[in-house]
Amino acid sequence: MVATAYTDDWGRIVAMLIRLAGDWELAEECAQDAFAAALARWPTEGIPDRPGGWLATTARNRAVDRLRRSAVEAGKLRDLSRLGEPTPVGYFPDERLELMFTCVHPALTKEAQVALMLRYLAGLRTAEIARAFLVSEHTMGQRLFRAKSRIRHARIPFRIPPAQLLPERLSAVLAVLYLLFNEGYAATAGTNLVTAGLSGEAIRLARLLTTLMPAEPEARGLLALMLLHDARRSSRIDQHGDLVILAEQDRSAWDRTQIAEAVALLEEALAQRRPGTYQVQAAIAAVHAEAPDTAATDWPQIVGLYAQLARLAPTPVVELNRAVAVAMADGPGAGLALVDRLAATGELNDYYLLPATRADLLRRLGRHSEAAVAYRRALELCGTDAEHRYLRRRLREVSAPTS
Amino acid sequence: MKYLMLVCVNRSADEGAGDLGRPVGAAPDEIDVDSWVEEMDGRGVRLLGEAIRPESDSTTVRVRDGKVLLTDGPYAETKDVIAGFDVLDCADLDEAVEVASKHPMARSNVVELRPFWE
Repeated sequence: MVATAYTDDWGRIVAMLIRLAGDWELAEECAQDAFAAALARWPTEGIPDRPGGWLATTARNRAVDRLRRSAVEAGKLRDLSRLGEPTPVGYFPDERLELMFTCVHPALTKEAQVALMLRYLAGLRTAEIARAFLVSEHTMGQRLFRAKSRIRHARIPFRIPPAQLLPERLSAVLAVLYLLFNEGYAATAGTNLVTAGLSGEAIRLARLLTTLMPAEPEARGLLALMLLHDARRSSRIDQHGDLVILAEQDRSAWDRTQIAEAVALLEEALAQRRPGTYQVQAAIAAVHAEAPDTAATDWPQIVGLYAQLARLAPTPVVELNRAVAVAMADGPGAGLALVDRLAATGELNDYYLLPATRADLLRRLGRHSEAAVAYRRALELCGTDAEHRYLRRRLREVSAPTS
Repeated sequence: MKYLMLVCVNRSADEGAGDLGRPVGAAPDEIDVDSWVEEMDGRGVRLLGEAIRPESDSTTVRVRDGKVLLTDGPYAETKDVIAGFDVLDCADLDEAVEVASKHPMARSNVVELRPFWE
């Protein structure tokens, strides 16, 4: 019961205490004290009617006590006035949105933003965050300490940004959540379970964001996108830990309930008629998720969506994905022409998916020796073991003597 | 909250600059510090500020083993030098960034914000 309350209420209690005390360290400690009190008392005294309200009141009282004591010690009695009137028991404001925006303030490094989100909103312990990012607990503790010190001393405001800053700051929130998701998604099961758990945390935080900002279609779009990717999670990797490409995934293993939820979210978002990159990416993922197999996939629609994405976010990676979709809709030759044009710009010279895509298209065109050269180039550039094994398997196929 | 705003200019870009350390070749509208000063004084966010003499006129002070050691020139040997400073009084970092980003030197050079030790 306390564990459930922790998951549900940690971020909200911390946010309330930061607003009250203006001190992240104190907020964190008082929140921890409240949960410790719950662990000690609930088993014997019974669970209160409103556990969240009980925890909030306990934490708040603790914070007020400590502030009062330090004000008396420092002879700053007038500071007590800001503690205001006693609040009703169970009073539990929700300032998690303020907390989220403060965590991703642009004056903080990306690494600090991610760590703050996980510690203060998701409630992960410093040691857990350290394990997820493969650094020592000491390093992660220092990172969080420096970030808190910076928030306090440079006076980074605890608030929802004003209108002129909001679009930029909201996209920073979304970017951090997506980064968190991908960090977890790229970790294969078995290699690092803590890291893999980051996807779930990102989904939970994105879900929270959609309830806090219901008028923002991109927040819904991002949540839909994460749910769609996550629904395919178990079929991405085979029993040997090898990467399984979309065309070869076992679609019966996809989580249909989660896909349905994502599609409903996406439809709500699209109905708001303010398209954005996450909504379009989710739409692409939804077309894949609803197709019975690769052949029956609506490739022309995917090509159209990539064209829309390229208008919203004209990046070479989007262009490469569009080329893949064109190859599926109009044949590998048409796709290859786009990939070669992209290769000529030199922008993706060090990105393994460029030669890997070229290699796959050449293989499908039967140009095996050129494909082998491209697979070798991709292997030189590529990152994870699972991706390496996939490329090697393909290289063997095109290198096999043909009759 | 008070912030020290340091206006840092690139030394190589500053060679042959005039007395105010203005970069050579900058268009007049880019170096219109006066209207920034006027605006920020009007808002009450700028408490004080000056352009300062180049590093060749600076003196570094150190005390080692009770002895005062003076060196001519700046302490840090970098390409960037501090050409001026302003003391800002802003509600928070967002306001300080907004004020700093309006300084003409933020476009051609670098403006650094240092919160006061309060």
